[in-house]
Amino acid sequence: MELLLLLGLPLLGSLLLALIGRRAWAPEVNVLMSAGTFAAGVWLTAHVIAHGPMLVWHEQFFIDPFNVFLVILTAFIGLTTSLFSRPYLRTEEHHGRLNRRQLRLYHSMFQLFMFTMLLALTTNNMGILWVAMEAATLTTVLLVSLYRTPASIEAAWKYFILCGVGLAQALFGTILLYFAAEKVLGNAGSTALLWTHLNEIKGQLEPTVLSLAFVFMLVGYGTKVGLAPLHNWLPDAHAEGPTPVSAVLSGLLLNVALYAVVRCKVLVEGSVRSDLAGDLMMGFGLLSLVLAAFLLWRQKDIKRLFAYSSIEHMGLATFAFGMGGPVANFAALLHMTVHSLTKSSLFFTVGHATQQAGTQVMDKIHGLITSNPTVGWGLMLGTLAILGMPPFGVFTSEFLILITAMRDHPWASPILLLGLGVAFAAIFSRVQAMVFGETRLPRLPHPPALVPVFAQLALVLMLGLYIPPHLATWYREAARLIG
Amino acid sequence: MTTPAFSSQLINLCAALLLLLSFAMLSQRRVLTLVDLFAMQGGTLFISIMVVAWSTGQPQLYYSAALTLILKVILLPLILHRLIRRLGAQWESETLLNTFITMLAGLLLVIFAFTLAQPISQLANTVTRGTLGIALAVVMLAFLMMITRRKAVTQVIGFLAMENGLFFAATSATYGMPMVVELGVALDVLVSMVILGIFFFHIREQFDSLDLHHMESLKED
Repeated sequence: MELLLLLGLPLLGSLLLALIGRRAWAPEVNVLMSAGTFAAGVWLTAHVIAHGPMLVWHEQFFIDPFNVFLVILTAFIGLTTSLFSRPYLRTEEHHGRLNRRQLRLYHSMFQLFMFTMLLALTTNNMGILWVAMEAATLTTVLLVSLYRTPASIEAAWKYFILCGVGLAQALFGTILLYFAAEKVLGNAGSTALLWTHLNEIKGQLEPTVLSLAFVFMLVGYGTKVGLAPLHNWLPDAHAEGPTPVSAVLSGLLLNVALYAVVRCKVLVEGSVRSDLAGDLMMGFGLLSLVLAAFLLWRQKDIKRLFAYSSIEHMGLATFAFGMGGPVANFAALLHMTVHSLTKSSLFFTVGHATQQAGTQVMDKIHGLITSNPTVGWGLMLGTLAILGMPPFGVFTSEFLILITAMRDHPWASPILLLGLGVAFAAIFSRVQAMVFGETRLPRLPHPPALVPVFAQLALVLMLGLYIPPHLATWYREAARLIG
Repeated sequence: MTTPAFSSQLINLCAALLLLLSFAMLSQRRVLTLVDLFAMQGGTLFISIMVVAWSTGQPQLYYSAALTLILKVILLPLILHRLIRRLGAQWESETLLNTFITMLAGLLLVIFAFTLAQPISQLANTVTRGTLGIALAVVMLAFLMMITRRKAVTQVIGFLAMENGLFFAATSATYGMPMVVELGVALDVLVSMVILGIFFFHIREQFDSLDLHHMESLKED
């Protein structure tokens, strides 16, 4: 029932907004639908906390502590993004960059995107997981090119082709997985792709097939996580699309893709008696972290800057999952949470700041703190949070990842420190110049929605100082499941 | 049921045809001919799935064969033809990179695909054991085609040919994926085709051409 609401509401919302999306109050309907989805997510979570993992609808859906926390995170960021997009898109319309038809497309696709994300998270079927990931690309590709500028169309094309090809590799991996499973489960047909069944028999799956399958799936879903060297689409799509889309791409899509990789890793590790899967993930993660950190220095566009920062953080989380073990997994899950919260709130403030300045070029943005103190402070605090300054949650997760790396893989810790240090210097110097200084920026026609920004930053701060015991047991449970 | 030896030979024949068609696509310059080749590839895929369905008596394979026939032989080529006409691109051809080198690279990819699939093919006990390597080779050749071409339409055909290779892998290594998954994949392919169609018009509107050479403003930096 909870699940039906959770999946049904965004689907219904997408249809509804396709019909009424041109009305002036469509953004309010969007917020309402997202709020309903979030409420369903809370209900589902309460159910899982009370009754433990659940399997529903002929075992087609499976909720355990690992995905339920991502479900609630996804629904929450969906809600805050819809709150943010309300004034943001009105201002865009006011500036004449978007018309009502494009707004209808945006609202309808946004709800459909939420549906694909939640479907990918809750499904038990590895094939449906793939279908949902591909559908997520399809729903966002027209949003990336929403402004119809040459640069945005180019970005959307690149996004489409690269992710399409990447996901084709993941489908091949899924076929190989099915091939291996069919050998053990017999010609059971529909059950051989169900994760719960696969997890029970993972010890008997053929290791050679599974290691090959994992390589394909890591490359495929890794393209969507934005792992280097397959990250090319990510900065373009983030920079050229409307800011609410950048926020959900960074805050949700990357997480869900990483979730898919981790689900595969659990199966492969159970079958292949070596650290192949973990080592591959550690390698890709470190490469992404370091490459993104150095590329940060060359950015001129503020949204590209934070897009590269997303690559860096996803690299770090992938590295942590690659190390494995209870502490590293705990840290990686925490990192996914705080990164989503911080990065989407950053994109919200960046969205308002660029609207005010009328440009995304960092050299032309100055003195945000005098022209609009809340935007300025929001950007500063968000930046400090994402850079891992102590009171915030990112510090906790990065610290945990670092000490685990020092204990288990000492060779990696200098590389990690180098990447984090370089990224810190690059981002901090840029943001400081934008926040302080003289300015003559005009005011915005619609008051910015900054409640979600500070609410999310407050959550990140709370997670840094104190993780509620409930949440901690939950993370620990999830970390144990991942192994 | 026919004799396993005969049907497995038929499937091997289809596999060889698929590979041959992939090479033909790799070296074909004219856009419309490329669409026809793609339709033929879909047709071969349909026949091979029918043969597997016939020889194993798996009812669900008939459905996926029908799905292939409708989607890959009729619907997608039709959409592509109409799109190309409406874009006025039917006489367009494109200059290829050095054909000899492309073919050589293709051959190397086939060898690579066979070596990669070797240990897995030996595990297969289906009637179609030898064909996984060919399926992987078809995927990789389509990939090569996407890399070497600069026109939006040909890149899309490469993308669809890759999907053909994957479908062939699904029927040759296993007897087809579960029906829900296959339907979902087919839906995704169809929707992506529609979106790409919209895209073609956007691209032409902005760049006055479907040539991707014009799209080089967003560089890695």
